[in-house]
Amino acid sequence: MAAGLRLEKTHKHPTLLLAGETLVLDLCGGLWLPAHRTLIVSDLHLEKGSSYAARTGQFLPPYDTRETLACLHEAVVRHDPARVVALGDSFHDARGPERMEPGDRAMVAALQQGRDWVWIAGNHDAAVNEGVGGRYADALTLGGLVLRHEPSPGDAPGEIAGHLHPCGKVAMRGRAVRRRCFVTDGTRVVMPAFGAYAGGLNVRDKAVEGLFRNGFTAHLLGDGRVFAIGRGQLARD
Amino acid sequence: MPRQHQLDLLRIAGAGRSALLVAPTGAGKTLAGFLPSLVALSERGAQPLKPKGPHTLYVSPLKALAVDIARNLDAPIAEMALPVRVETRTGDTPAHKRTRQISRPPDILLTTPEQLALLIAHREASAFFSGLRCVILDELHALVTSKRGDLLALALARLHRLSPGLAAIGLSATVREPDELRKYLVPQGPLPPPPSVGEGGPQRGEGEGQRDAAGFGSRRDLSGRVASLSRPLLTQGPPAPAEGGGSKPPMADLVTVSGGARADLRMLDLGRALPLSGHTAWHSMPAIYDLIRQHRTTLVFVNTRLQAEYTFQELWRLNDDGLPIAIHHGSLDAQQRRRVEAAMAAGQLRAIVCTATLDLGIDWGDVDLVVNVGAPKGASRIMQRIGRANHRMDEPSKAYLVPGNRFEMLECQAALDAVEEAAQDTPDARLGALDVLAQHVLGMACADAFDPLDLYDEIVSATPYADLSWESFEQVVDYVATGGYALRAYERFAKILRGPDGLWRVRDARTAQAYRMNVGTIVEAARVRVRLGRSLRGKPGTVLPKSGRVLGEIEDEFAETLTVGDTFLFAGETLRFEGLAEDECLVTRAPPGTDPAIPSYAGAKFPLSTFLAARVRALIADPFAWDRLPDQIGEYLLQQRRRSVVPGERDLLVETFPRGKRHYLTAFPFEGRLAHQTLGMLLTRRLERAGLRPLGFAANDYGIAIWTTRDVSERAALDPDFIADLFAVDMLGDDLEAWLDESAMMKRTFRQCAVIAGLIERHHPGLKKSGRQVTISTDLIYDVLRKHQPDHLLLRAARQDAATGLLDVRRLGMMLERIRGRIIHRSLDRVSPLSVSVMLEIGRERVYGEGADEILAEAEAELLQEALS
Repeated sequence: MAAGLRLEKTHKHPTLLLAGETLVLDLCGGLWLPAHRTLIVSDLHLEKGSSYAARTGQFLPPYDTRETLACLHEAVVRHDPARVVALGDSFHDARGPERMEPGDRAMVAALQQGRDWVWIAGNHDAAVNEGVGGRYADALTLGGLVLRHEPSPGDAPGEIAGHLHPCGKVAMRGRAVRRRCFVTDGTRVVMPAFGAYAGGLNVRDKAVEGLFRNGFTAHLLGDGRVFAIGRGQLARD
Repeated sequence: MPRQHQLDLLRIAGAGRSALLVAPTGAGKTLAGFLPSLVALSERGAQPLKPKGPHTLYVSPLKALAVDIARNLDAPIAEMALPVRVETRTGDTPAHKRTRQISRPPDILLTTPEQLALLIAHREASAFFSGLRCVILDELHALVTSKRGDLLALALARLHRLSPGLAAIGLSATVREPDELRKYLVPQGPLPPPPSVGEGGPQRGEGEGQRDAAGFGSRRDLSGRVASLSRPLLTQGPPAPAEGGGSKPPMADLVTVSGGARADLRMLDLGRALPLSGHTAWHSMPAIYDLIRQHRTTLVFVNTRLQAEYTFQELWRLNDDGLPIAIHHGSLDAQQRRRVEAAMAAGQLRAIVCTATLDLGIDWGDVDLVVNVGAPKGASRIMQRIGRANHRMDEPSKAYLVPGNRFEMLECQAALDAVEEAAQDTPDARLGALDVLAQHVLGMACADAFDPLDLYDEIVSATPYADLSWESFEQVVDYVATGGYALRAYERFAKILRGPDGLWRVRDARTAQAYRMNVGTIVEAARVRVRLGRSLRGKPGTVLPKSGRVLGEIEDEFAETLTVGDTFLFAGETLRFEGLAEDECLVTRAPPGTDPAIPSYAGAKFPLSTFLAARVRALIADPFAWDRLPDQIGEYLLQQRRRSVVPGERDLLVETFPRGKRHYLTAFPFEGRLAHQTLGMLLTRRLERAGLRPLGFAANDYGIAIWTTRDVSERAALDPDFIADLFAVDMLGDDLEAWLDESAMMKRTFRQCAVIAGLIERHHPGLKKSGRQVTISTDLIYDVLRKHQPDHLLLRAARQDAATGLLDVRRLGMMLERIRGRIIHRSLDRVSPLSVSVMLEIGRERVYGEGADEILAEAEAELLQEALS
């Protein structure tokens, strides 16, 4: 077990060059842009648990928001970004902000303190446009990069998007490992979902594959580092 | 002519007392169970009033068994021209018939534990069961060991409360210590009055005091029930051991049917050496085929579905006579199973290869031989299976045990000895599961408003819940209402609400409907249908979906590990995996001669029973007993004694030796694969900390092998306490906690609890989807919950399950206690005969949930290779 496992510090958060910008693929599932001192996280789906209680009567543990924020807090402390971009679907539904616990609300405010905070509109939370600090935008341009929630069809050089919740699966010798991942072909990136209760879509699904006609590499979030896996090694569900 | 046990039962139940009938298979115990009811119903005069409910309720673990019993009852009822109506109520009963059964109930209703749970949660339950005189619980020994047994115990408590004076009759195969079952049948404490009576006013002056007494004080008049229980027993049953304060817990009377013809049981001896490992018994297939040819109908029992598929295929390979041989296991399509059962009943089959699905009771035909392939795993299981041949008391059952390898011979011999002495495994007493209780509490709120004090008294009268604390009960109610979270987020969505009168009521009809849709404790692993696709001739590699028939279902987990092109055995064929489409696993037939590439998938694997394990240890420890073993295994043990040592009955043998470039540590606790896997995880952690660099481990039912980079023998020579410390009991402390929390098996256990307790609904009103569609991954929920509320009810429930279920921690703990100061360590220069058995498991068993990063790293390396080439 542990012996065959070599943890190499340099690979824990590998880097990627996109439209001339350096991106760090953070093990937490966020993207760190050192030149812009910007941290990007996608699909937080805050208040997904309470959304289920309201709609279906299933009482999922109501701690997903604080768990997601705790992970975000860890990354923010590590990078001390000047700007945080939440790349859409930050709330699971439009009434999410109302249901947030005061403590979680305070946590969001603390994270926003002293930095530019941008909520990019997603399909789940397009209607949220006030009450949780920060500023709202449909998309954002940073140097040669375009940040938006839903990936554009066709070629999209320099685009960073989320929405699809990509997951990669590796099956080997009767064992399967399925993890959230970044997907990239060197011209664009689709980010993994950051939220504690966010599910995942297999990268071999046509919704993902269709964006990368010339193939792609998936960067899977392992336990100790990020792993670059070629399309040929990725299994369907 | 009536038999003695039938008369005894008639007398006891006739007096309104409860009884446990213990009888070997084939003694006609089921019909005996109905005798008191039939007599009472025949003596009942013409009924001027329409009855509100059934006179007798029969509960069976299998719905097929209920249907079968209904058929068998029809004959005597018609013969005696009794004015008695018998009906079944199962998951297959159409809605209009269910409605009619409530408005115009039959005299005898035959049903399953799940359907009973639904019935007592019915709004009319109080009236419906008020006239119930008798409840018959069939195959009780098989039911009580599971969560279904907990569910049934809670329902039984409710029935006892709704109908004071109810006689419960338990029917059981022979068990060594029947007292647990006897307690199960009767209330363990005083019961509150039926809800319809007590509901009128809050006259609960004695409430507090009674709760504090936890209901054991017997303050209420039990209308003679308690008194009757202390009467002298009718048969030779041992007196219950005094427990706690010395007062005997209430127990049902015991009626034992002794005798029955002895089984003609032997081990299949091929007269040549068996392999050292493997469970398929490939070497015995020709002999098994010959046996099939020599008998009318043969049941071939195996332990796993893989084994069933394999055996079936091998037998057909040999089947030059074209004998009708069929296969039957739980994953096959239900229709196919029904066809096999019908052909069996009609006497059209010469053999069925089957798994535990045919362990229990239905007579499907004239079986004159039972063959059990592989290790028996438990004495009771093997007796039950043997009993399937000549399902009549007076003829001996004929059966063969077929060991899969040399070590299974030991287990077979131990089982032969046990059967010879008619010794049995004893079902362990269960601590009632909290997730099942949560389901029940919601059900009781659906039936009627409930008073928490009364409901608590009722619940602790059920044997598995007798020790439930009031605090735990309150937590369960809180969980049912709003999820039981420290963060009170869901108050306004509460499923049950407490009114100003102190009673709890269900929120609305939708909540009640969701309860009804999700009742039950059998959480099937999420499964996908296996459908035969058709390859497109024009486009090789593409498969036309939805074209072929459904072959059955496989576990999601197994399907997960398949990649396109993998071949595996299923439904008697070698199939090629073509992909998953819309929750179906598409396959094509592999070309003839293709070997299945994926060797196994999760199937029922029974751990070696504690009882049989002890007998195997004793057999090994006693050289005089080796004479009874086939020569090859006796010789083997002699070799072990020459090269190392043969451990005593209570000892733990640990061997360390080098092999190749690695160092090995083997140990032989004989506690079953599950406990050994847990042990392997924990020992690996300890060796890691000790700097010995463990690389991996393998486990089987008898022992474990761990391999390391550094020399364990050397370390043990330097530090004489090293091995003893390695196996010290404290490994069940922090190490266990830390590992448990991360373990994939724990996550699976949690998922089951979450589904049973209704945190995740399998079926949702208005939604058709289920299984794979379970909204949010329970793994994500588990991770969040254990971080933010580690003492949550469902985590407690999951840990309680882990103690006995997949991880068998309890058994591991008992073993560590047993071997304290009795570890025999041998440093050897090469592998010993005993160690070979477990060394051969290396590479065969997969270990769940460990080393995900290793797999990812390997896949990553392939990418690098591509880039470099």
